[in-house]
Amino acid sequence: MPNNIAFYILAALTLCSAIAAMALRNMVHCALCAAGAFAGIALVFLHLDAEFAGLAQILVYVGAVAILVLFAVLLTRGEEIKANIRRASRSWFSGVCASALVFAGIIVPIAYSPGLKHTPAATASAPVQKLGESFVNEYVLPLEVLGLLLTAALLGAVVIAMQDKKEETKSISQPENHPVQKEAVQ
Amino acid sequence: MSAPLLHYVIFSTLLFCIGFAGAVTRRNAILVLIGIELMLNAANLNFIIFWRYGVAPEVLTGVVATIFSIAIAAAEAAVGLALVIAIYKHRKTMQVEKFDTLKG
Amino acid sequence: MIENADQIFVILLHWLVGLVPEPWRPWLSYLLIIAAIMGVFGGLFAAATIAERKILGRIQNRYGPNRIKMFGIKTFGLIQPIADGIKMLIKEDIVPHAADKVVHYLAPIVLTTPIWMTFAVLPMGRNMTALDMDAGILFYFAMGSATELAVFMAGWSSHNKYSLLGSMRAIAQMISYEVPLVLSTIPVLMLAGTLSLTRVVDAQGGYLLGGFIPHWFILTPWGFAGCIIFLLAAMAESNRSPFDLPEGESEIIAGYLTEYSGFKYALFFLGEYVGMLAVSAMLVTLFLGGWHAPMKALEFIPSWIWFFGKTICVILLYIWSRATFPRIRLDQLLTFSWKFLVPLALANLVVAAVWHFTNGWATPLWASVRWLLCLFLIAVPFVLLGRSLDNKKQSPRLYHYAE
Repeated sequence: MPNNIAFYILAALTLCSAIAAMALRNMVHCALCAAGAFAGIALVFLHLDAEFAGLAQILVYVGAVAILVLFAVLLTRGEEIKANIRRASRSWFSGVCASALVFAGIIVPIAYSPGLKHTPAATASAPVQKLGESFVNEYVLPLEVLGLLLTAALLGAVVIAMQDKKEETKSISQPENHPVQKEAVQ
Repeated sequence: MSAPLLHYVIFSTLLFCIGFAGAVTRRNAILVLIGIELMLNAANLNFIIFWRYGVAPEVLTGVVATIFSIAIAAAEAAVGLALVIAIYKHRKTMQVEKFDTLKG
Repeated sequence: MIENADQIFVILLHWLVGLVPEPWRPWLSYLLIIAAIMGVFGGLFAAATIAERKILGRIQNRYGPNRIKMFGIKTFGLIQPIADGIKMLIKEDIVPHAADKVVHYLAPIVLTTPIWMTFAVLPMGRNMTALDMDAGILFYFAMGSATELAVFMAGWSSHNKYSLLGSMRAIAQMISYEVPLVLSTIPVLMLAGTLSLTRVVDAQGGYLLGGFIPHWFILTPWGFAGCIIFLLAAMAESNRSPFDLPEGESEIIAGYLTEYSGFKYALFFLGEYVGMLAVSAMLVTLFLGGWHAPMKALEFIPSWIWFFGKTICVILLYIWSRATFPRIRLDQLLTFSWKFLVPLALANLVVAAVWHFTNGWATPLWASVRWLLCLFLIAVPFVLLGRSLDNKKQSPRLYHYAE
């Protein structure tokens, strides 16, 4: 019985955070609620005995992706200062209907599937040792490709976000343009 | 762990649909990206649910897939946000409806 | 008798838990463990604040706080934390008018909660881990990275440009130093073969040379380098001097703490010191042998005394380095992390691998060859990296004026 209540409370909190993340007006509040939703999902992972996955979720999502989103929000805030920008597009209702249809389309087949009658194992564990062994024995190719992908993403993100800065620094470091800078350098 | 499987699946599907609704409805590009991240998280949650409630939880495929998915989602979020920032510098607006230079 | 003294807290816990009926036992056990951890580390926090002020004072050739008297008895300033606590509690809690009230309120809570949770996986004595998780180290680092969000919340919600600037600097610093922090612990995990902290401490048991030299990881080449990298990265993670640019008073008022007063400021202060305690305890667990004694002859002293003694020594090292070094500038700080500590931590990984695979070299000649090889492999990158980051030529001074 205690296990049940923990899941339902966690699920309720996570769903509220997710709805808040998608519905609030202030961008920073949205991003913080999204971080809360990620943390809630990590706790559900821990509840389901997937220890490594849950802790990796906190480390990566709450510790890195949420901060990344917050930095992006702060770097692109120029237009919020202007007049009232409508939050949602004009056809928001059809978006919500589409998502309701997706929900029905996923849940109805699962509710009628025979797999639900299968009784789950009483205990399951994902010991880190076995995970490590499966990473380097069975899944070594995806692991190496993941390393390549992360390197490419790192370099790509730096290059994309950096492009304008080269022209800016060039114009600042030329002291011939500004008269006050000219006499300061002498 | 004693909640029935259907409740867990309803939870993850609700998360997916909330993320989906936000991604197609909101106008700010960053919120679209947050919606996509929520959808990815819901899919990861599905992996773990079916690993736990599945036939053979001693085979760790579900957990391995989740860890790969978390890593790839982080890389994709980084690149996506870098792209959004680069577009903002160009178009000076964050609304996805205005990113229409390729139209027509 | 010696064994009883060693296990006295475990015996006490079992006896107290045995007093209540069956369904309540796990709850009471958790509550007692939580109360004990918060009591002990809260007391250590108070002792650390007064120790810091007195030691800093003495190093700077002055007395620290020494005026406080209790019932007319001179206490040489040792109960100053009580006065500090009362002062913080009765101060007015000022929230700026334009601040985001909810986020401003939640930031100290989001900061301190994960830091207290990190104590759950630390082995404080033989059989004295609160929660023996299979992925204990990952839990610790996950909780550490969750505090960065709180720093952002504090800086942004204060609606103050200095707070925002200070919190951005703090986040940049914390993210940059998380990489060498985690990288320097990877050799420990490799050679202990586990992520569980109790087993990492168990791997450091045993003695060489007839009970005089312990098997602690700091006494290996990779462990020594790893310990120093961990120490520096941990100092930067907890915003301690010389890495305290985000909250230095002469730099940016108080950084992200500017708009906090009263109990919320006390919570931030507590979070910083308790974070320092947590990371010292982690250093002791990973590199200094946890609760093991340094010599076989000294094993009669209980294990928890060794653990807390070593932690206190590391904290004294932190206080000493605060008094000694000047503050590092932001670009020097980030260069130090990315261009020096990260390559050195990666070189350390290679050294640890070499050490592991030359385990069979046991005769004195080959053992010294092994030591020299590993030291060479870590010392050469250290010297080369240090030389390459030393910019001897000064670029001409450019003045940028606001337009």
